[in-house]
Amino acid sequence: MEEPFVKTQIRKDENIVYKRTSLLVDRPLSYCPGCGHGVVHRMLMETLEEMGIQDKTIGVSPVGCSVLAYDFMNIDMIGAAHGRAPALATAIKRLWPDKFVFTYQGDGDLAAIGTAETIHACNRGENFTIIFINNGIYGMTGGQMAPTTLPGMRSSTSPYGRNVLTMGHPLKITELIANLPGVNYVTRQAVHTPNHVRKTKKAIRKALEQQKENKGIAFIEVVSNCNSGWKMTPVQSNKWMEENMFPFYPLGDIKVDGKLVQSSEVAK
Amino acid sequence: MAKIKGDILVNVERCKGCEVCITACPSSTIAMSKEVNGKGYHFAMKVNDECTGCMNCAIVCPDGVITVFRGKIE
Ligand SMILES: Cc1ncc(C[n+]2csc(CCOP(=O)(O)OP(=O)(O)O)c2C)c(N)n1
Ligand code: SF4
Ligand code: SF4
Ligand code: SF4
Ligand SMILES: [Mg+2]
Repeated sequence: MEEPFVKTQIRKDENIVYKRTSLLVDRPLSYCPGCGHGVVHRMLMETLEEMGIQDKTIGVSPVGCSVLAYDFMNIDMIGAAHGRAPALATAIKRLWPDKFVFTYQGDGDLAAIGTAETIHACNRGENFTIIFINNGIYGMTGGQMAPTTLPGMRSSTSPYGRNVLTMGHPLKITELIANLPGVNYVTRQAVHTPNHVRKTKKAIRKALEQQKENKGIAFIEVVSNCNSGWKMTPVQSNKWMEENMFPFYPLGDIKVDGKLVQSSEVAK
Repeated sequence: MAKIKGDILVNVERCKGCEVCITACPSSTIAMSKEVNGKGYHFAMKVNDECTGCMNCAIVCPDGVITVFRGKIE
């Protein structure tokens, strides 16, 4: 197919300033068009590559849309039973304290079925990194309500919107976790604009770096879209996320070096 | 005089037509094709000569299908 504006003069290998990292396996990602999971995968792999620790890292993939993360991340990975990634990561890190260990989990995985594993691993102060993709829904299974679903938000099991009187309140598990003494670093980021993606990458780097110092859990929430579950186009879903998710899940650091920051936001 | 310009290369068969890159491009360099790829998606393509090689599109692309170049042209 002919492209109208091909600049062959510049399109040379020595002029490449950005290309897909080779730590992402060269195959199509299984995610819906526009889904934030792919961006987080790429930032994680870029960070491992830049730190040169891809051979020393073990990832734990969840159950959820990212169940196949081990097919995309070209590092040592293991799949956990639904919600049990923090338990598995605990065992791995205790057996191999010199490895860099992370879990990658959705909100259904981390904040519903895996709440106990998550909270206790955090409270024990295990020394691994948790990457938490909060899209406010069970994406994989058809868009059911999650603990993180916003008040009034429609899902396949709350078709008229989440009624907090009968369905309970959304769980800000990240703020809950930030209050645990075993947790050293907590931040909430997003990946829908270039700036947000850059910040998320920095947070991932910071989280992995601190594993060298045995400081306890580093927890990164990424507020992300699920355009299929939300029934919007990707671009619409990113806008909806800014307008509805961010006011309830405000972005920024929540705990740094073991100290709570942004406490006014957390209290909201 | 030499000028710094950018260029992008889209892996057409891997593009899912999500349009997130269009929103991220400050120079309106990307638009969707009229044709579709093998998977049936309209794909991102370059439609003007204003690319600066800022990498915004490539950074937000969920499928990591954009390669960015930057260099001098005479
Ligand atoms: C023990 C068990 N219970 C329930 C399921 C069904 N199930 C698969 S994925 C999922 C929810 C995933 O949602 P989330 O963690 O938010 O991931 P997302 O797909 O949104 O990224 C559920 C309930 C399962 N696979 N195993
Ligand atoms: S269902 Fe939602 S979370 Fe899953 S891949 Fe599609 S957009 Fe992403
Ligand atoms: S590199 Fe920057 S200017 Fe060029 S197409 Fe991508 S977003 Fe637009
Ligand atoms: S962001 Fe990537 S997948 Fe989406 S339309 Fe642009 S090039 Fe295609
Ligand atoms: Mg989810």
